[in-house]
Amino acid sequence: MKTELGNLGNDGLLRPLKQGDNFSRLDFRRTVKNRVMLGLLGLASLVAILPLLFILYYVIHRGIAGLSIRFFTQLPKPVGETGGGLGNAVLGTLILVGLGSIIGVPVGVASGVYLAEYRRSKYANVLRSAVELLAGVPSIILGIFAYALIVVPMKGFSALAGSIALAVILIPTVAKTTEEVLKLVPDHIREAGLALGLPRWKVILRIVVYGSRSGILTGVMLGVARISGESAPLLFTALNSQYWPHGLLNPISSLPVQIYTYAISPFDEWTQLAWTGSMVLVLFVLVANLSMRALIYQKGSGGKTK
Amino acid sequence: MKLTLEPILSAKKVNAYFGAFQAIKDVSLDVAPHSVTALIGPSGCGKSTFLRTLNRLHEEIPGARFEGEVLLEGEDIYARGMDPVQVRRKIGMVFQKPNPFPSLSIFENVVVGLTLAGVRNRHLLEETAESALKNAALWDEVKDKLKAPGTSLSGGQQQRLCIARALAVKPPVILMDEPTSALDPISTARIEELLGEMKKEVTVIIVTHNMQQAARCSDHTAFFLLGELVEHARSPTLFSNPQDRRTEQYITGRFG
Ligand SMILES: Nc1ncnc2c1ncn2[C@@H]1O[C@H](COP(=O)(O)OP(=O)(O)O)[C@@H](O)[C@H]1O
Ligand SMILES: [Mg+2]
Repeated sequence: MKTELGNLGNDGLLRPLKQGDNFSRLDFRRTVKNRVMLGLLGLASLVAILPLLFILYYVIHRGIAGLSIRFFTQLPKPVGETGGGLGNAVLGTLILVGLGSIIGVPVGVASGVYLAEYRRSKYANVLRSAVELLAGVPSIILGIFAYALIVVPMKGFSALAGSIALAVILIPTVAKTTEEVLKLVPDHIREAGLALGLPRWKVILRIVVYGSRSGILTGVMLGVARISGESAPLLFTALNSQYWPHGLLNPISSLPVQIYTYAISPFDEWTQLAWTGSMVLVLFVLVANLSMRALIYQKGSGGKTK
Repeated sequence: MKLTLEPILSAKKVNAYFGAFQAIKDVSLDVAPHSVTALIGPSGCGKSTFLRTLNRLHEEIPGARFEGEVLLEGEDIYARGMDPVQVRRKIGMVFQKPNPFPSLSIFENVVVGLTLAGVRNRHLLEETAESALKNAALWDEVKDKLKAPGTSLSGGQQQRLCIARALAVKPPVILMDEPTSALDPISTARIEELLGEMKKEVTVIIVTHNMQQAARCSDHTAFFLLGELVEHARSPTLFSNPQDRRTEQYITGRFG
């Protein structure tokens, strides 16, 4: 179809009017450029994805041999004895991450809500800078910090100290994602709540936060997945243990630290446990991530939010 | 302009500011109960700002300031000790863009003003939802899918849902800020029809930049220009026989 601006194709795209060959040569060059750029982008994505594929392949390849029920139910055996598992480390990680989340998630979500809902206040700006700085602090520094502040005064390494160190890592991640999610809620939603005669805190908690709960939950899950793989902050706080976890005030074993210890050991049995531990950890994080994404995807295609 | 009835809402010498900028200058306006008053005027003349002083929403904007009095049934809503939250329960509002609350169902959206105020009585909630939806002319379209998300409705239905949500808390006055400007002509016509029904229950103040709409559905019209109230009269009078030259120029389409 001819229009003033050009030819309207069947595909609904407007093309320039053809005047001799000039235009089609331009078309051709554009197509080639398009293809080349697309190829480069594809290559870059491949470079980004390859390490993931290698890690998955390698970790599973090396780890699968040691996978059995016993890996989850038994303590490590002393050097020289065959068998044994990392049951204490698996349980320890669950305890550390669980307690760290119990401490870190409420603080992180509350900070995020404050950052988003009172974004113009002086304190919010201070808090925002603090959260960003905290997010940028290397986790080993946070470990040393927790060591000095908790381990030394309490005169001992402990699961509690480890959990607190993990919580400190979790807080900025959760706060930032919560803030981002809540900032997506348009202001006129808040005004509609106020206009109904609802106090501001109720508008925030029962309408804005409640309406964004799946987004907030996603941020929480991603944060939790991240801290479950942290080893550096645990080296100075939870330390490690050959026994089953007993009490929050004693050292506790964890997968990342156990992997670190066993991977650098000279014993084949232990290196195998380290590989299997890595596989379990990587798969746990992967499954947590993927299931969260599946959940978002479902939400996104089901009810339109907003 | 003299009203025959005691005004339900009466703005007296209202001034509103955004920081140093004065958006509303000395506006006084009386509104008769069970009437529809239209606020018209070119874009940026302060219609929304004035409307938002009437339910104390203006003050929620950082840097915004207010001077004057607004009497609701004889009582100054800006008096010391008046709680803006209580004021807003008596003066509902419908916005330009339909804004049902995300991830609440149709039913939950309608009664949210009650449930979040602590009403638990299921029977009462259902009764209120039904009558509010009927008054908003939405009941027949949604009665079989009250559990569906409010956001799943069409734009026009969403706006009627927002009207139902405002009606459900039974405020004597409802403010509407260009409620049809984001809607298609059919949805617009439905809401205009609704205005005539609604005023049996409530008093409506509606901002519109559509003069035909003001002429069609309002009893009184107030013409704003540059933050001032230029003229306020019965709608037929204002549109057929404007007293002020600026009003005449505006309604004959010479500016704005
Ligand atoms: N949040 C705000 N901050 C500063 N100025 C504003 C704000 N909202 C509106 N104004 C100004 O106040 C004047 C009136 O605006 P408004 O009441 O929205 O006009 P209308 O609804 O008649 O189009 C305009 O000049 C506008 O730029
Ligand atoms: Mg406006």
